[in-house]
Amino acid sequence: MDLIFLQLLTGLAGASTLFLVAAGLTVIFGVTRVVNFSHGSLYMLGAFIAWSLLSRLPREPDYFVLGVLGAAVATAVIGAVLEVVLLRRIYRAPELLQLLATFGVVLVVQDVALWVWGPVDLSLPRPRWLRGAVEIAGLRFPFYDLVLIVVGPAVLGGLLLLFHRTRWGLLVRAATQDRDMVAALGVDQRVLFTSVFALGAGLAGLGGALALPQGSANLNMDLSVIAEAFVVVVVGGMGSLGGAFLAALLIGVLQAFGIALVPKITLVLVFLVMAAVLVVRPHGLLGKPQAMARGEVEALAPIRPAGPALQVLGLVALLAAILAPFVAGPYLLSVLTEAAVAVLFAASLHVMMGPGGMASFGHAAWFGVGAYAAAFAAKGLGAGMAVGLLLAPFAAGALALLVGAFVVRMSGVYLAMLTLAFAQIAWAVAFQWVEVTGGDNGVLGVWPDGWAADKPTMYWLALLLCVGGALVLRRALFAPFGFALRATRDSALRAEAIGLDAHRLRLAAFVLAGAGAGLSGAVFAYAKGSVFPTYMAIPHSVDALVTVLLGGVQTMAGPVVGAVTFTVLQSWLLMGDFWRIKLGLLIIALVLAFPTGIAGAASAVWDRWRGRAA
Amino acid sequence: MPVSRRTLLAAGAATVAAPGLLRAQSTSAPIRIGEINSYTAIPAFTLPYRMGWQLAVEQVNAAGGVLGRKLEVISHDDAGKPQDAVRLAGALLDETKVDVLAGGFLSNVGLAMSDVAKQRKRLFVASEPLTDALVWEQGHRYCYRLRPSTYMQVAMMVDDAVKLGAKRWVTVSPNYEYGQSLVKWFKLLMQQRQPGIEFVAEQWPALGRIDAGATVAALAQARPDAIFNGTFGPDLTNFVRQGNTRGLFEKRGVVSVLTGEPEYLEPLGDETPEGWIVTGWPVESVTDASNAGFIAAYRAKFGEMPKMGSVVGHATITAIAAGIAKSGSVDTEAMADGFKGAKFPTPFGEAYWRAQDNQGTLGTYVGRTAVKGGKGVMVDWRYADGASAMPTDEEVRKLRPV
Repeated sequence: MDLIFLQLLTGLAGASTLFLVAAGLTVIFGVTRVVNFSHGSLYMLGAFIAWSLLSRLPREPDYFVLGVLGAAVATAVIGAVLEVVLLRRIYRAPELLQLLATFGVVLVVQDVALWVWGPVDLSLPRPRWLRGAVEIAGLRFPFYDLVLIVVGPAVLGGLLLLFHRTRWGLLVRAATQDRDMVAALGVDQRVLFTSVFALGAGLAGLGGALALPQGSANLNMDLSVIAEAFVVVVVGGMGSLGGAFLAALLIGVLQAFGIALVPKITLVLVFLVMAAVLVVRPHGLLGKPQAMARGEVEALAPIRPAGPALQVLGLVALLAAILAPFVAGPYLLSVLTEAAVAVLFAASLHVMMGPGGMASFGHAAWFGVGAYAAAFAAKGLGAGMAVGLLLAPFAAGALALLVGAFVVRMSGVYLAMLTLAFAQIAWAVAFQWVEVTGGDNGVLGVWPDGWAADKPTMYWLALLLCVGGALVLRRALFAPFGFALRATRDSALRAEAIGLDAHRLRLAAFVLAGAGAGLSGAVFAYAKGSVFPTYMAIPHSVDALVTVLLGGVQTMAGPVVGAVTFTVLQSWLLMGDFWRIKLGLLIIALVLAFPTGIAGAASAVWDRWRGRAA
Repeated sequence: MPVSRRTLLAAGAATVAAPGLLRAQSTSAPIRIGEINSYTAIPAFTLPYRMGWQLAVEQVNAAGGVLGRKLEVISHDDAGKPQDAVRLAGALLDETKVDVLAGGFLSNVGLAMSDVAKQRKRLFVASEPLTDALVWEQGHRYCYRLRPSTYMQVAMMVDDAVKLGAKRWVTVSPNYEYGQSLVKWFKLLMQQRQPGIEFVAEQWPALGRIDAGATVAALAQARPDAIFNGTFGPDLTNFVRQGNTRGLFEKRGVVSVLTGEPEYLEPLGDETPEGWIVTGWPVESVTDASNAGFIAAYRAKFGEMPKMGSVVGHATITAIAAGIAKSGSVDTEAMADGFKGAKFPTPFGEAYWRAQDNQGTLGTYVGRTAVKGGKGVMVDWRYADGASAMPTDEEVRKLRPV
């Protein structure tokens, strides 16, 4: 009984830490609708800044409080700068583009933090009062954990007071419900958004600073915290502070008891919780259906098939791609093979994201399932490459059908997060089912059949399958199926009224996207010769999103342009030093220059030029 | 001409004395080593590692290089992803035309590169990856590995672990292959040596995301006599702090892998628990000539104390240099045979490449943790030679199908 009580307290302390990180994220999302991927980076900066401050201050509790608050304020200032310099410029851009920009910020902050604070983990020597424990039911419980248990609800209370008892809070709540109306009433939205973003960033910094005495400030903090912070926000209901607090409690306490009962569950527990909650409550515990911001409801113009000029351009590019092996060296060929794979991977995500209106944060799952299917065909069945390539899209498609049944009922960020949950579960299975998947050591020796073993043949095969696959997907989108799918995206209600079965259409798109990604995964497996769980890990899903957004969601050429650009850029930059800061700045520059993606910008320029010529 | 430690040291002195004389030597094209590691993903280990191999390249070249040719290292970052490592390995072989591939920190990256080496029939010298699979289950003729594997790390500590006389053990180890393999070997070797031993609980925190409070509480709940730990880095710091405050380590023996390595011991600071049995490197108290010479040269070049990564980086280059020197050429087949048995100098003393499984015999230090002047240090240490921490040749043959 005492042990249970102690474990409960431990869970509460964990919940407080989780809540502090998630609170900032949910505040930012609620008002600005920005899915702030760099929130983990702000958390990390908070910890590092706190270390720099606290290691220079005396060790007394009052100075500790001062240092932590200083770190929070400093992070808030960084957040405000980030908002003014970067995010303010792209609020009107298509949804999720801000995610791309903040992804660039993550990369930049990683290199900057390494440069400023060095590679060694920085821990703060704990004075006696931070080390102490109190005796509870005959067992020792850290005093600092008790402090955390109090800080969480205190911050929640403070925020609720701020939002419900001040004029600023009133405006923020109004903006959360209808930002155009608030603007029409003469409120300066820019000040409002900047202050909200600064508040969110400050909370992240506070979370990081408060985590410092429990461990160290280190360069892995950003990515280790961001996924869990998102989970808490979504489980609670996006934009709901109370919900985030409840979700943090749920996850913190389940974690404390879960790992005592099933120690190996650590990799997936939070994602299992999220999947379960979202399946039962699609908008999280306390979330409300997302209020459509005005301006977003208008239907997007349907995508036209490429004009003759663009078609010629496409053919020339394809011809150049086919002839590439005659001039390109082996390394360039392997980059181009990866680019071909990325084209199909991105095109398949585009089916969901563009015409389907369903962004996925877990698209790498299908890529990975395809790759593992190929590995299974090669190693388990001892079959040739043809079997693997055929098996992959069906395996991925079948699994997508199963998962899609839950996913397509939802929309927006909730849908995206549910795909993430399923992807993480798939990843954990690949990671932990060592007997079958080889665990994180992966499956080796998945090399192509003899006839395709040389680089040019493998490249042509990849080109054939991936570009062919992408063309099939394109064909489907210009078929009645594609138009019907678009109708369900633009207005599900009207689509249903004219007899379209929205659920089945969306499910079909989901399965199609899964199968396409599965095929790309199988091609990748044979090109690389090995399959690893990293193929379905979060960073790979992020790569897919980045590719599509970089190219442009609302054009057919977008995913192709994005995939080639991103693959070539990344593999080129990776050869040099400081590639993260370069890639990050480049992504930010591209986002600012081409908010509708590279292909979107190109087509706008083309239209304008043609308009003038005509 | 085998490169011995003495030639290296003499050459180091000679460079200082007469740099102009040496530059005139070895006019032929350099021997190229293509190196890939997780520089951005694991900077705490890999940045000192890079400085280590930079120092070694400088020293080997100052001593006249290998086979009369200079060494040149072309290094890339794999971002912690096996697929990027595979592509870069291809680039190094095809474009840069390197003679040898080397590097790797993460086990899966190491295995991916090893598989490329197997497919392309080119030599790969894995420096850091600790997975046993690299030289055993997935081992092959073209893959050599320098550092003591998970099996060896555990085997080196078993004697001391048995002496604790503890009956009830708990384990805590990161939830991936490295951690699982450590626990598997520890249980197996302990059960052979100490019948009646019980493993009463285990914890598998996700790497980099340990929930230290809950983990410590769950371990304490099992009321163990002793603890086996495989966590390292940020997870270890969190675990130790919670464990200290909650009194988990009091009156309990702890056996902890890698904790004595400077990169992991330093962040523990004055909270380093006393008396843990650890593997690592007592960098502040080793005084023998090879360690001292290495530390002095490293400090002279970089102005800071070397870390374990520095040792691994340095030894990677000297081990390759010695292998090439013994092979007499950079032809892959000649090297695949010639590396076997080649002796090379390391900061820890001389080591060699085992003929039976291509494993390096570079060892590590086993000792106890203590706090001196507010810092964690290793005391009562001894050097555990890698050659003596291996299963019998009979067992190795069973484990290594090639």
